[in-house]
Amino acid sequence: MFDVCIIGCGIVGAAVAYELSRYDLSVAVIEKENDVATGSTKANSAIIHAGYDPEPGSLMARLNVEGNRLAASFCDSLDVPHMHCGALVLAFSEREAATLAQLLQRGRENGVPDLRILPRDEVLEIEPALSGEVVAALYAPTAMIVDPWQYTLALAETAVRNGCSLHLETAVTGIEPSPLGYLLQTSQGFIETRTLINAAGLYADDIHNMVAPPAFHVQPARGEYWLLDKSEGQRVSRVIFQCPSDAGKGVLVAPTVHGNLIVGPNSAPSEGRNDVSTTAQGLHFVRETARKSVPGLDFSANIRNFSGNRAATEHSDFIITEPRPGFIDLAGIKSPGLSAAPAIAKLAVSMLEKGGLALHEKQNFIDMRKKAPPSGRVVCRCETVTEGELRAALHAPIPPRSVDSVKRRCGAGMGRCQGGFCAPRVVDLLAEHYNCKPTDVLQDGRGSHILVSETKRGLCTDTI
Amino acid sequence: MHGYDLIVIGGGPAGLAAALAARAGGLREILIVERDIELGGILNQCIHAGFGLEYFKEELTGPEYAGRFIRLLRETDIEVALDSMVVEITPELLVRVIGRDGERTLAAKSIILATGCRERARGPLGIAGTRPAGVITAGTAQRYVNIEGYMPGKCVVILGSGDVGLIMARRLTLEGAKVLACVEIMPKAGGLPRNIVQCLYDYKIPLYLSHCITEICGEKRVEQVRVARVDENRKPIAGSEFAIACDTVLLSVGLIPENELAQAAGIGIDGENIETATPGVFVCGNALHVHDIVDKVTAEAQRAGAAAAAYVKNGGAS
Ligand SMILES: Cc1cc2nc3c(=O)[nH]c(=O)nc-3n(C[C@H](O)[C@H](O)[C@H](O)COP(=O)(O)OP(=O)(O)OC[C@H]3O[C@@H](n4cnc5c(N)ncnc54)[C@H](O)[C@@H]3O)c2cc1C
Ligand SMILES: Cc1cc2nc3c(=O)[nH]c(=O)nc-3n(C[C@H](O)[C@H](O)[C@H](O)COP(=O)(O)OP(=O)(O)OC[C@H]3O[C@@H](n4cnc5c(N)ncnc54)[C@H](O)[C@@H]3O)c2cc1C
Repeated sequence: MFDVCIIGCGIVGAAVAYELSRYDLSVAVIEKENDVATGSTKANSAIIHAGYDPEPGSLMARLNVEGNRLAASFCDSLDVPHMHCGALVLAFSEREAATLAQLLQRGRENGVPDLRILPRDEVLEIEPALSGEVVAALYAPTAMIVDPWQYTLALAETAVRNGCSLHLETAVTGIEPSPLGYLLQTSQGFIETRTLINAAGLYADDIHNMVAPPAFHVQPARGEYWLLDKSEGQRVSRVIFQCPSDAGKGVLVAPTVHGNLIVGPNSAPSEGRNDVSTTAQGLHFVRETARKSVPGLDFSANIRNFSGNRAATEHSDFIITEPRPGFIDLAGIKSPGLSAAPAIAKLAVSMLEKGGLALHEKQNFIDMRKKAPPSGRVVCRCETVTEGELRAALHAPIPPRSVDSVKRRCGAGMGRCQGGFCAPRVVDLLAEHYNCKPTDVLQDGRGSHILVSETKRGLCTDTI
Repeated sequence: MHGYDLIVIGGGPAGLAAALAARAGGLREILIVERDIELGGILNQCIHAGFGLEYFKEELTGPEYAGRFIRLLRETDIEVALDSMVVEITPELLVRVIGRDGERTLAAKSIILATGCRERARGPLGIAGTRPAGVITAGTAQRYVNIEGYMPGKCVVILGSGDVGLIMARRLTLEGAKVLACVEIMPKAGGLPRNIVQCLYDYKIPLYLSHCITEICGEKRVEQVRVARVDENRKPIAGSEFAIACDTVLLSVGLIPENELAQAAGIGIDGENIETATPGVFVCGNALHVHDIVDKVTAEAQRAGAAAAAYVKNGGAS
């Protein structure tokens, strides 16, 4: 019997787990995949937005601005790669310049600090690679970039260190009311809990409908990206947005915390909630739109295309409600959900408290985390990742179970050769650690085997 | 700080020949730094024959070819640091190495970059579709099959017709996999004519020239690829698309000299000359430009070794 169960371990579930692990409570996170942050949290723009974009008075506005402040402190204390790089919203016409003035006004109402409009010359002076067509820009110095996986892992790992239990590869398939709360039916058996948090991202409506009458429907919208090599990483030093339109915040160009350049996203309908494919048209659109901001982008330096699904619903705001006592929806958490997550978590905990959950602070809450330093031989040549770092990850509270989850933790395989060099070495390490055959090692999720069998001769050292 | 006459970065055929030539040129204190656990470079995974026809006038396998140089090396007192990776060089000729037992910085009077090349991955091609397991570069597949003893797939489509991909078409076929097609965007194959004949035609593997893969499909593992004919601008022609069901896409779409060390240090390499823009730093083998046969690598590396020796003996003037 748990005091609180959280369904889903994206950034939202992880942030809630972290907040709850401050208190003397039994908390479990239930996640259907074999790692944290495999949903929307895995594939997004990685921006901690300043907060000038959402409608004043909305949950999004309040939680984004508060989340931005919290993120800055969590990134420091939990050793999450991040950069306080700031953002520019570009205007290419007088009409767009008027939109900038509106954004400035909105941002001030939302409580975003230090916003100002920069004239053309100043914009081009601080970002010389931008198009000369720019007429002005809104400058938001509090925008940050982060590594979203590391951010989620850091929160989840710290929660686990503080006693929270994480159940990976456990899908919630049904929920029944029980005398003391809720009984979850999962792919690994039954779990009973007093209260329940729905942080299931793209599947939040399914979970909601297991408990309460339908109230919203997730309509996923895909966003496609280019990720360029470090040779392009210095092209701009801030997040470069175009003016938002009805279609959303538009295509951005931004550095990443790992020194690459990210370009995207578009917004395209998905064929399903798991559909994170890219299309030739989508990628073409992103490329051409981005060139309007930064004409010199070299797309031959691309190292990876990817796409992510937004958990959009028919509501424009986040859906944070308690449709039944002790059951809280954290749904429709589209952008700026990554930015808002820590504030969403604090709100969820205060809702649980109002509902009667007693919160007693732990005496010895661990609020610091430090990643392992490099040691031993180099395994990944592009990102200079050492064997010591991989072994430390394998012994951390949430160890990686696949080659891609090693990549997300340590960076091995993230560089220009995309694992061509290190993947065989990482496969060996995983096989050794889990005492399994290399043919059992997965690229990422269930069924994504890298090797299919031994060769006819097996190890053919005799011929070498 | 202890100073070597020469530090050679990379112990493949280029590094081996360069070190031996520098010794023949009179240099005493030479160190080869190699990140793998053995010398020989990429040749260790090339277990097919076809090496050394020019240099030794006989047909050797990759490991045999490398073995001849390794044996010569063992007769000298040239130092070798294995399992050690150079992570930084400076224009002042300092070399930072990370090995099993940690990091050290070494000084040198001259440096030869013999770091080889890497394979172009999926990224620069910008192929649309999903990102399942089963998309792998030909050289990585070669390592899995020939060194680790594992098959990366059973039903393979090869994209690009570089030599490594061709060699792997034959190797995987001999190991019982079905190689369904080799798809090349150019009107002409990339690899050596002898490899087209011996690795594709002899096994009746179709070569689709002027074709490209437009989409990779599959959720966990590759399930199929979509292939289209391209026009003279290498753009897919509408209506020419067809699908091939497969579980693996092998990429053989080009090799890129691995010279990030020089780049990071601001040391210019022109892709042609063994001299870099920094006096005392030389480059040879696939790190300079990609060679199709190893014999030419050896010849070039010997020139680089001799040049480094002359440079050091002239007291730092070339
Ligand atoms: C293209 C794109 C760009 C974006 N850019 C930004 C940005 O720059 N800045 C920003 O702030 N936000 C951005 N966002 C939004 C941000 O990514 C999301 O708001 C955030 O990641 C949502 O996190 P989550 O935890 O709610 O959902 P998810 O990360 O999707 O996590 C939900 C989890 O629940 C699990 N789950 C689902 N069903 C079950 C079940 N039945 N049983 C067990 N587990 C289950 C899933 O496996 C998943 O791990 C972007 C989103 C997209 C798609
Ligand atoms: C996958 C592949 C297959 C090939 N197959 C054939 C073939 O079948 N027939 C043929 O004639 N040619 C083949 N070639 C071409 C072959 O590469 C050349 O003939 C020759 O091996 C190149 O020699 P090299 O010494 O320049 O590079 P390599 O043999 O690649 O050697 C470079 C060495 O440098 C080391 N190194 C790199 N960076 C560092 C660092 N920072 N620190 C320490 N050590 C480092 C590497 O580990 C490697 O051992 C192939 C090439 C590739 C990439």
